[in-house]
Amino acid sequence: MLAVEADRVWKYFGDYPALRGADLKVEKGSCLALLGRNGAGKTTFLRILANLSRPTKGEIRCSVGKNGIGYLGHGIGVYDDLSAMENLLLFGELMSVADPKKAAMEALDRVGLGRVKDGLAREFSRGMRQRLAVARAFLHRPEILLLDEPFTSLDDRAIAVLQALLKDALSSGATIVMSTHQIREAMELATDVALLERGKVVFAGPQTPEMVLDPGWLYRHYGESA
Amino acid sequence: MSRGLKTAFAIARKDLRTELRTKESVNASASFALVILVLFSFAFNLERDEFYAISGGLLWLVYSFAGALIVNRSFSRELPNDCLDVLVASPAPGWAIFLGKAIAAFVLLIIVEAISLPIFGLFYDINWTNVFGPLVLIILLATWGITVVGAAFSAVIVNVRLRELMLPVLLYPILIPLLIAAMGSTTALLSGEPMAGDNMSYLRQLVGFDAIYTALALYMIEFVLVF
Repeated sequence: MLAVEADRVWKYFGDYPALRGADLKVEKGSCLALLGRNGAGKTTFLRILANLSRPTKGEIRCSVGKNGIGYLGHGIGVYDDLSAMENLLLFGELMSVADPKKAAMEALDRVGLGRVKDGLAREFSRGMRQRLAVARAFLHRPEILLLDEPFTSLDDRAIAVLQALLKDALSSGATIVMSTHQIREAMELATDVALLERGKVVFAGPQTPEMVLDPGWLYRHYGESA
Repeated sequence: MSRGLKTAFAIARKDLRTELRTKESVNASASFALVILVLFSFAFNLERDEFYAISGGLLWLVYSFAGALIVNRSFSRELPNDCLDVLVASPAPGWAIFLGKAIAAFVLLIIVEAISLPIFGLFYDINWTNVFGPLVLIILLATWGITVVGAAFSAVIVNVRLRELMLPVLLYPILIPLLIAAMGSTTALLSGEPMAGDNMSYLRQLVGFDAIYTALALYMIEFVLVF
C-alpha cells in the first residue's frame, strides 16, 4: 500500500523548472532517503508533499490528511517568545491532539527538555531548540514524516534523539521521507532510496549494500556524471 | 465551538501572548498615536467649531497609521524559524489562521485606541457624554475594517523585502471608503449631531465594508498562503 505517490510532478518558479516530471512511490511503513545535490529539487518536493506549495502540473496523493503528517523543514518552526510547553500546546491544538498537555509533556520528556518546559525558546541553546523542533514534529504521532535535512546542524545529542524517535516511528508503522546530505545517518534508517537530479527522479528503489558501504555509489552510477 | 474557530482563537491568544512579552508593535503604535495627537494640539490654534470640523479626520488619520504599524507584524511575526510553514502545513484551515491573526491585530489596535482616546479627549477638550456609545461603535467597526484588510495584505506581502513600504501603498487606497465613513461619522458625532440621517449611511457603509472585506479575505487567504 502506498503512503505517498507523486505522479509526473512539475513545479515552476517563474520560468525555472525546479521539478521536471518527478515520479515517486513511497510504500507505507518504509523510510525513503531522498538524495540529491543542492538545487536538485528535494526541498521543493518535500514542500509540495507537506502542502506548502502546489505543483504546477501533476499530482501528489497521500494516504493521510494534514493531521497525519509531521513536517520538519529547514527552519525549526518554534516561537522564540513562547516557552517549550506553550509551543507544544499550541501545535497540539493545531494538530487536534486529544490531550495536548499530556502529549506535550511526554514529547518534552522524550527529547530531554522536560525540566525546562517553562523556559522561553529564545533562551535555549541551539541544540535544545532543535530538540524542541523534533518534539513538535513528532507530537501528534504522525503517520507520515517529512524531514528536510533533519541532521544538518544537530549536535550529537540531538542526532541520537532524532534517530531514536525515527526508529520508534518506523517500528510503529510510520512512513518517513527524509532528504539529506548526511548519507551515512540516512542509510542507517532508510529502507528505500531515491536520487533527484535537476528536478527528475533518476533512481528510486530499495537500499542496497553498495549504497551503505559507499555513500557515493549512487551518484557515480545514476547521477549526472554517470 | 467549531474546530476552526477554536484554532483561530488559539492563534490569536498566541499572538497576544507574544506581543505582551515583547510589546514590539503596541509600544511603537501607541507612542506614535500619542505623539501625533499631542503635537497637533500645539500645532494649530483652532476655534472650537474649526476643531470639530477636522476632529474625525485627525483621529482616523492617527488610528489608520497606528494600525498599519500593528497589522504589518501580523504575518511577518511568523517568519523567524519558518513558523509560517508549520502553521500552513498544519490541519488548521487558512481562514482560521487568518481570522486568528485579524482578531489579535484588532485587540492590539483597540488597546492603542483605548490609550490614546482619553488623551485626545483631554487635549482637545471633547465633551462626549452623549456620544460615547455611538463613538465606540464607530471605532469598533472601523478598527475591524482596518485590521482585516491590513492582515490580508500582511499575508500577501509577507515575503516581500520592502514590506514596511509596500503595506501602506496597498492598504490605504482600499481603506478610503472606510476612512471616509469613519471620519465623517466621528466628526458629526463630536460636533453634536445625532446618529441619524447621513450618519446612519456612514454606519451602513462601515458595516458593509467590514462584511465584504472579511468575506473576501477569508475566502482568498488560502490562495495567498499556498502557491
